Amino acid sequence: MADDGFISLDGVEKVFEVRRRAGLLRRERREVRAVDGISFRVARGEMVGYIGPNGAGKSTTIKMLTGILTPSGGRLRVAGIDPSRERTRLAHRIGVVFGQRTTLWWDLPLRDSYRLMHRMYRIPDRRYRENLERCVELLDLGELLEVPVRQLSLGQRMRGDIAAALLHDPEVLYLDEPTIGLDVISKAKVRQFLKELNAERGTTVLLTTHDLTDIEQLCSRVMVIDHGRLMYDGSLAGLHEVGESERMLVVDLESELPPIRLDSADGGDQPALRAVKVEGPRQWLAFPAAASAAPLVARIAADYPLVDLSVREPDIEAVIARMYESTP
Amino acid sequence: MADTPAVPADEEREPAGFAFEDRPRPLEGIRAYGLIMAMWVRSTLAYRASFAMTLFGNLAVTAFDFVAILLMFTHVDALGGYSLPEIALLYGLSATAFGVCDLLLGSMDRVGGRIRDGTLDTLLVRPVPVLAQVAADRFALRRLGRITQGLLVIGYALVTLDIGWTPLKMLMLPMTVLSGAAIFGAVFIAGAAFQFVAQDASEVQNSFTYGGTTLLQYPPTVFAKDLVRGVTFVVPLAFASWLPALYVLGREYPVDLPQWVAFLPPLVAAGCCGLAGLAWRAGLRSYRSTGS
Repeated sequence: MADDGFISLDGVEKVFEVRRRAGLLRRERREVRAVDGISFRVARGEMVGYIGPNGAGKSTTIKMLTGILTPSGGRLRVAGIDPSRERTRLAHRIGVVFGQRTTLWWDLPLRDSYRLMHRMYRIPDRRYRENLERCVELLDLGELLEVPVRQLSLGQRMRGDIAAALLHDPEVLYLDEPTIGLDVISKAKVRQFLKELNAERGTTVLLTTHDLTDIEQLCSRVMVIDHGRLMYDGSLAGLHEVGESERMLVVDLESELPPIRLDSADGGDQPALRAVKVEGPRQWLAFPAAASAAPLVARIAADYPLVDLSVREPDIEAVIARMYESTP
Repeated sequence: MADTPAVPADEEREPAGFAFEDRPRPLEGIRAYGLIMAMWVRSTLAYRASFAMTLFGNLAVTAFDFVAILLMFTHVDALGGYSLPEIALLYGLSATAFGVCDLLLGSMDRVGGRIRDGTLDTLLVRPVPVLAQVAADRFALRRLGRITQGLLVIGYALVTLDIGWTPLKMLMLPMTVLSGAAIFGAVFIAGAAFQFVAQDASEVQNSFTYGGTTLLQYPPTVFAKDLVRGVTFVVPLAFASWLPALYVLGREYPVDLPQWVAFLPPLVAAGCCGLAGLAWRAGLRSYRSTGS
């Protein structure tokens, strides 16, 4: 039990029955498999990004992990607890932030919402003070504590919500779109905080997002879900290989020349790179993301009058979009 | 990096989840209710002037209810064979019982809205019973207006009525109000539970609660026999004021029932609350298996 992961899912399913009006009285029943046999393990202290298009089953998975929804099939454990059976017990050990729904009290100062958490979760006084102090410092909430929540900006409120979810020292934090609608500075603050939380406290973090920068900056591991199935589970870099993504070499030559052609190093008929675009002396050359750029650069420099060059990393959004399209 | 991203948590800290113990759920529920209620009271007091006005408004609106009855009595001497003070007692008992329930559970019909906009989920991740959280939702002190008005009318009835008081009859009054509030509460909870199935059903519930209290404010003799049977045996609202009040007044029961049924309200209330609790659990379970 203990060694098979802090969070473990085995063939977890969630099937909804949707009733639709078909005619005046007749109703059609249709099964929707929101989550269709997902299995994964998350170790204590991992930080995992969970991504997928709208309606892919992300939220449904989070709801099962928090005990809100009961799975229709499969086995699910968080910290050894079956969430749907012992929801209340699990609640003491998890923190949840719903990006689009605040749990703070609209008309009351931020501090009052935290006092409610203090008493509702029965957090020992000393622990509560320490945690609050820490959150206030790291999330920059000091001047906001006495401000009614309705007067906070979206970014301030999100930071307030994250603090509220952490006062009881949860071992795992679920974040459903924590950076949605935030400006660049607020996003950076939230990311920085999550990074520190994970590093210092070893809090396990599972976050869903549409902003891939969140994943790039925070998560060593990413899971892609679509149509209720796990499409990919691994490092962000590995996603490029799976998605057959390409990196781009942008070169500036001394003069306008025909598109650069390099034959494969091993003499095969597959060219090592291909010119995607030529604009005067500047050329855009695509090559497989997994290949090393150094030998290519060396050969171009040897054969062509090279002035300047840069390498662009592949666009992860394009990779993922390709992935979604390829699913049936 | 990918293999060992974890930094072990500070060794000196106790394991998390420290606060969990198996505690009796009803007590946990009442405690949580108190905590959330206090938050709403504070929210209300953030707008003091608005609170004062709504409290006054609530008192005035409910008072007009009774004024309507007073106006009727300027034209007739009795309604269904009942004098004004007698009707005042029926009215006061029912209004107070309903007022207590409205104060404590008045916003339960918002659960349908919470299901629709998804905020019910935020309650489900808390370590306290959902029923308590939903019951305390939007707790509004202005609803004290209805209770105040009900108590005033009971006071008027007691001063003007000539009742041969016995200890039993005196005990009957608080018992009626409390059991009545519990019976109305059961209807509120059952109604809220029904919203898990049909999210726009709050009006159905309101017809039983608000409709019910209006019904009970008039003597049973003015209504059709079948309606009276319905609120006695089906949705047992009659136990919330009619039967015990008629016992106090020494009147005949609307339906042929033995004298001792006047003492049944606490039992009826307990039964109703039990059934409502089961309905709530079933509703919540169905939500958690369907998600909407």
